[in-house]
Amino acid sequence: MDKSSRHAHTELAELSLLDKRLINLLQRGLPITERPFLEIAEQLNSSEDEVLERLNHLMSSKVLTRFGPMFDAVCLGGAFTLAALAVPEDRFEEVTQQVNSFDEVAHNYRRTHHFNMWFVVGAESEAEVNQVISDIEDKTSLPVLNTPKLEEFYVQLYLPA
Amino acid sequence: MNLLSSENHAETIKEAALPAPLSASQQDALRAILESGLPHVAQPYLSIAKQISATQAQVLAQIAHWQEDGLIKRFGLVVKHRKLGFNANAMVVWNIADHQVNEVAALLSSCTEVSLCYRRPRRLPDWPYNLFCMIHGTDRAIVLAQIAAMTKKFALEAVQKDILFSFKAYKQQGARYGKRGLNNG
Repeated sequence: MDKSSRHAHTELAELSLLDKRLINLLQRGLPITERPFLEIAEQLNSSEDEVLERLNHLMSSKVLTRFGPMFDAVCLGGAFTLAALAVPEDRFEEVTQQVNSFDEVAHNYRRTHHFNMWFVVGAESEAEVNQVISDIEDKTSLPVLNTPKLEEFYVQLYLPA
Repeated sequence: MNLLSSENHAETIKEAALPAPLSASQQDALRAILESGLPHVAQPYLSIAKQISATQAQVLAQIAHWQEDGLIKRFGLVVKHRKLGFNANAMVVWNIADHQVNEVAALLSSCTEVSLCYRRPRRLPDWPYNLFCMIHGTDRAIVLAQIAAMTKKFALEAVQKDILFSFKAYKQQGARYGKRGLNNG
């Protein structure tokens, strides 16, 4: 059922020690100064050119897909929720298509649980998010488990280097 | 430069060290550029400043200001876990007593294996869980061992929990959150 072979074709990225340390360090932030990568380089005993070269490499090999300040979506007026459906096995493909037909749906994952389909709904306002949830219920004839974020506890990805 | 126009002039004299604030349209342009990511050049803020006809000092001051205001929450680095061989993605959900949830969340999010940690509402009777953690690992057995180790370390054996592993993403692109194209739901 699951096409896990797809991942077998994903080329694994080889990270150097410097790459790992760079990723770990960049998550803590980039200095807001005229030469931010120079400061990063100094902390890594590297050079500004090398840091930029590694960063470009990590982006072009798609290990990193975005790099920059993250705006608080709620401050900007967006609203989101994590939602789930318990989809009968014989309807899984059909319901996947129905759910993914909404522009407001992202990150739809199949998971090992009675609630086997998990996705993010994002829109301009909470009212709009709730409308989409209700539209998904109408379209799929399944009740949506709606679990909006109440609080985020800040963590970082740390690559042992 | 119309940025030193009369309305800003008084303030500029009073606080001579501060660059003039950006206009509303420059702020919008700056935000749009930052949302798509920072340019990978030696002087990224200078490069952006040129794009919006501002000075580097103005751009630096504006970003610092947004950080202070909490509009910029943190630095964003989107790492593709699967590219790093982290193919086992587990969502661990816990039913933690309300009065302990902050304390337990702080413990769990201190673990290097945990990449996201959120408090969410229970939906009884179907869903008793109120704390969600994401764990990325190279395979399911290792992730299960990591979860067992943190359960023991924080004495959470008696807490009701569930582990949901993911299969492939059926829809991986970020949602278009409103007009802004954000991607951190």
